[in-house]
Amino acid sequence: MTAASAPPMIRVAGVDKFFGPLHVLKNVQLEVPKGQVVVVLGPSGSGKSTLCRTINRLEPIDSGLIEVDGQPLPAEGKELARLRADVGMVFQSFNLFAHKTIVENVMLAPTKVRKTPAAEARKTAMELLERVGIANQADKFPAQLSGGQQQRAAIARALAMRPKVMLFDEPTSALDPEMVQEVLDVMTGLAKDGMTMLVVTHEMGFARKAADRVIFMSDGEVVEDSTPEEFFSAPKSNRAKDFLGKILTH
Amino acid sequence: MSVLTNNLDLFLRAFGQTLQLFAVSGVLSLLLGTLLAALRVSPVPVFRGIGTMYVTVLRNTPLTLVFVFFLFAYPLLEIVKIEPYTAAVVALSLYTAAFVCEVVRSGVNTVPVGQAEASRALGLTFVQMLGTVVLPQALRSVVPPMTSTMIALLKNTTVASGFAVFQAGTIRDSLSEQGENVLFGLLWVAIGFVVLVMPLTYAQQVFEKRWSVAR
Repeated sequence: MTAASAPPMIRVAGVDKFFGPLHVLKNVQLEVPKGQVVVVLGPSGSGKSTLCRTINRLEPIDSGLIEVDGQPLPAEGKELARLRADVGMVFQSFNLFAHKTIVENVMLAPTKVRKTPAAEARKTAMELLERVGIANQADKFPAQLSGGQQQRAAIARALAMRPKVMLFDEPTSALDPEMVQEVLDVMTGLAKDGMTMLVVTHEMGFARKAADRVIFMSDGEVVEDSTPEEFFSAPKSNRAKDFLGKILTH
Repeated sequence: MSVLTNNLDLFLRAFGQTLQLFAVSGVLSLLLGTLLAALRVSPVPVFRGIGTMYVTVLRNTPLTLVFVFFLFAYPLLEIVKIEPYTAAVVALSLYTAAFVCEVVRSGVNTVPVGQAEASRALGLTFVQMLGTVVLPQALRSVVPPMTSTMIALLKNTTVASGFAVFQAGTIRDSLSEQGENVLFGLLWVAIGFVVLVMPLTYAQQVFEKRWSVAR
């Protein structure tokens, strides 16, 4: 199968979403091919987080189509759970399970969802924690870790399911500045390893360095879809110019 | 004191029966109440409706009426014949389950929504999410109100007195028949309940302490 005929990992077609009277996603079109890293930028309230959350149906959509690896999102139920198991998600607020240790957090889904034997799950979990640099924190509870360490644990937890694609919903927005880099380093490493990623972020440095494509959203619409070089040096729309003007001047 | 020592056997049998009513109804109401709470927080509207309706009906009805229903009205339906003792267990369990449901549900609501979202994003089913992530974290905040609910159940067992079910609440009847001093008899019954509730309060302290460190 050639790259051209393979279905995109994520396909969002004509998606509309309302919060009451608020039109948060307006006829959104987006395709993320396998292995690509797509960064979604945009001002607060532009719908970028909502878009990210519709892809594993944490937010249901009102109309349009979303496919993951060629399969349309099923309705809530066992089939949706199966699909979510293949889509890793990292949240702004980490959402580690507060009553479980770090290694238990990473082991939980493989043992419960994939029925992996505990010993094997623990081995994989420790390898992943090693990879994100917090193996020495494995037996602590989430509250005992710094924000950066918690977010790296959350990435390890998502990776433990061997996802086909990873969604990042503002993964560094809740972190102290000195902890942002350690999380971005892990994400850059993932991107280098060929993981398909959709990253909602305000980190322009990451967008420049690790993204294959940049999507710019404003008022619920995809306004620009270009390469990082193009977007940062020669944005086409006024809204993107305005946005970049505000964040790059200082 | 002589009221107690002369009738020790009566007191022991009666309180034994009270404890048995409490234990059986306690376990049943905890199971049913948790199941109802799961219904009330489930994503399926029909399930939520069933849970809400159950709580509305049972919590809004006086316990005495629930007893009356199972002892006098239910037999008229001629489904399965039940003994007064069984009817008391059923009435106490169904009634208390409504309160247990609300206690568990309030506990579930104290768990940040991100915990459920992370579970769903990892592919856990609703039941797995509830069982392994949300309910264990809800336990901590549930302990004090659940203890109160269980204490209420323990004392509510005396409502069975009106329906010829022998337990601590009927000690007075037996004492009257024997011409014993009813005032002191009742005092001993009250002391008996105070003593029975104490372990529950102690259990509350133990559980609160144990679950407060696990995070």
